[in-house]
Amino acid sequence: MNSTVIPIAPKAVVAKPGWTDSWFAVRKELTPRSRVALIVGSFLLPILIWCAFSYLPFVWHPMMRISDPGSVSYFAPDMLVDKDVFRDETKTAKQNGTALPQGSGANPIYLPAPHQVAKALYTAFTTAPERKDGQWLHESLWHSVQIIFWGFLASSVIGVPLGILCGTYNVLSRLTEPFIEFFRYLPAPAFGALAVAILGIYDGPKIAIIFIGTFFQQVLIVANTTRKLDIALLEAALTLGAKKIQLLFRVVIPGILPDLYRDQRILLGWAWTYLIVAELIGTSSGITWFITQQARYKNFENVYAAIIIIGIIGLVTDLLLAALGKWLFRWERSPNKA
Amino acid sequence: MNNPPSLPSHLLQSAAVRDRFTRLKQREVILEVKHLGKQFTSAQGTVTALKDINFKTHRREFVCVIGPSGCGKSTLIRILAGLESYTSGEALLDGEPIVGACAQRGMVFQGYTLFPWLTVKKNVMFGLEMNDHSKTTAEREALQWLELVGLSKFADAYPHQLSGGMKQRVAIARALANQPRILLMDEPFGALDAQTRAKMQSHLLEIWKNIDITILFITHDLDEAIFLADRILVLKAHPGEVQELIEVPVPRPRNFMQITSPEFLATKARLEALIHPPKVEDDDEAQIRPHMIRMARVGDDVEDVE
Ligand SMILES: Nc1ncnc2c1ncn2[C@@H]1O[C@H](COP(=O)(O)OP(=O)(O)OP(=O)(O)O)[C@@H](O)[C@H]1O
Ligand SMILES: [Mg+2]
Repeated sequence: MNSTVIPIAPKAVVAKPGWTDSWFAVRKELTPRSRVALIVGSFLLPILIWCAFSYLPFVWHPMMRISDPGSVSYFAPDMLVDKDVFRDETKTAKQNGTALPQGSGANPIYLPAPHQVAKALYTAFTTAPERKDGQWLHESLWHSVQIIFWGFLASSVIGVPLGILCGTYNVLSRLTEPFIEFFRYLPAPAFGALAVAILGIYDGPKIAIIFIGTFFQQVLIVANTTRKLDIALLEAALTLGAKKIQLLFRVVIPGILPDLYRDQRILLGWAWTYLIVAELIGTSSGITWFITQQARYKNFENVYAAIIIIGIIGLVTDLLLAALGKWLFRWERSPNKA
Repeated sequence: MNNPPSLPSHLLQSAAVRDRFTRLKQREVILEVKHLGKQFTSAQGTVTALKDINFKTHRREFVCVIGPSGCGKSTLIRILAGLESYTSGEALLDGEPIVGACAQRGMVFQGYTLFPWLTVKKNVMFGLEMNDHSKTTAEREALQWLELVGLSKFADAYPHQLSGGMKQRVAIARALANQPRILLMDEPFGALDAQTRAKMQSHLLEIWKNIDITILFITHDLDEAIFLADRILVLKAHPGEVQELIEVPVPRPRNFMQITSPEFLATKARLEALIHPPKVEDDDEAQIRPHMIRMARVGDDVEDVE
């Protein structure tokens, strides 16, 4: 344009933001590196605490594991006793001049160490069921997944359309929502006995509990999501000549789909939380049966392993669904770009 | 030097312009509004948004509606679109009363109302498909309309990838694709920056020249109204009533050089006198009185402020 020398503005001195500034900036996306660090950290932290409790005797270890009973008649090798008891018995033995019991600090049986649980994660799958008609762990898990699937599917098949209709037509909303609002406060497990009476003792009542636990929330949440659709989109469609049924299928449903999908992911998580209660109803089955069996035989590392497996299944499903959603709804503007 | 040049009256029209208006008024009436009134009843009481509105628009006419904030411009256009009911009077399109929204009356909104889940092309096809055109016809026509608004390249883009101006171009194409009798536009360029806005104005005039469409355009920008309109409907607030219907004496074809022409300035002076009368405060905004407190420190006088 012109060749006059433009004076260079003095470089602004920008204070380099410390990590507290960048990590605690309100609703700002983190850098990929710190995001990974935080994800790893969120799992590592509880594991480290668990390790500390398990491997550092001075942290907790309220029990003694007997290695040599000495002269104490009711002690046996590998027995766990309270530290107080052990101390008293040692004192008595000392006074009497008899052989002292030997042992080392240990945690109660219900807190196995990480390596024990890690081993159980593997052996639980490779150990044959104790009884011939029993189920392998993976069979129990598969049974649980099926209960969730059918319960959630049944709920969604009715709940999602009903929710969309309630969100679209005020008549339906006024007619159904007050009752649903009332019903959702009733705890699903309270219907256990009723479900058994009606549906028998096998899978029926379990699926029913998942259904009851999900359905009522689902209708309200989906209706709410539907109501949040920008009314201007509906008006635009009207001025383009859309009729009632077209409005529903060509505007309302595609418009809410991404939010509906997110709702479903959250609701699926809730369905899982009803699983254990559901499986206790009638004949205990699935992963719950496995957990209660193992707890009965005091194989707590197996109990922990089973709980962790449930967590992993839930998390992995959700991550997969999230990735699928991102791919399905490419047209959506990312909320941070807005 | 500083004396304003004495302006001619805005009523003074050149022979060509006068002829044009005579011919325009002989064309068939597309939209007729008779004694139209609208009252909103809410918990706070009844608000008369519109009272006894009367006007006619002729075929291929470009009418702008202007008025202070809250005078009922949006209410009027929403009634004409069929999105709002009215409480008295009549609104007729081709002599038929307006009931409900339909493809006969296209609308472009101030906010962006493209369907975010559809590509640009599918957005334009939407109306055609709603009106039972086959997919192939709809697609062919949509591409033609996109060509017209200069967005063929973006046919497969999603709305969130477009700038504001581009979004409104698509919205115009989408409304026009249905070949409506009248195109209703509620401050369609209100959210755009000045430059984009100017471009969109010329572009809209180009489109209007080339197709058989009557346009009712709401704005609160006086220059925009004069630049675009054949006639300007000036509303006043509380209640919303027609204050004047001005025939714009600026000859067509329009260009931005005319902004300083005597006809343009005369019209603007008239509009200003109508919309910002020296004393009367009938603007919604005027009833909000900010109480100015000095918030700067005493003695903290930055040069050049005041
Ligand atoms: N749904 C409604 N319920 C009650 N009052 C309303 C409603 N919509 C509009 N009004 C009132 O009607 C009057 C006209 O509103 P309208 O939106 O048509 O004004 P406008 O001229 O478009 O204003 P703006 O220039 O700010 O867009 C206002 O006083 C407003 O408060
Ligand atoms: Mg408005």
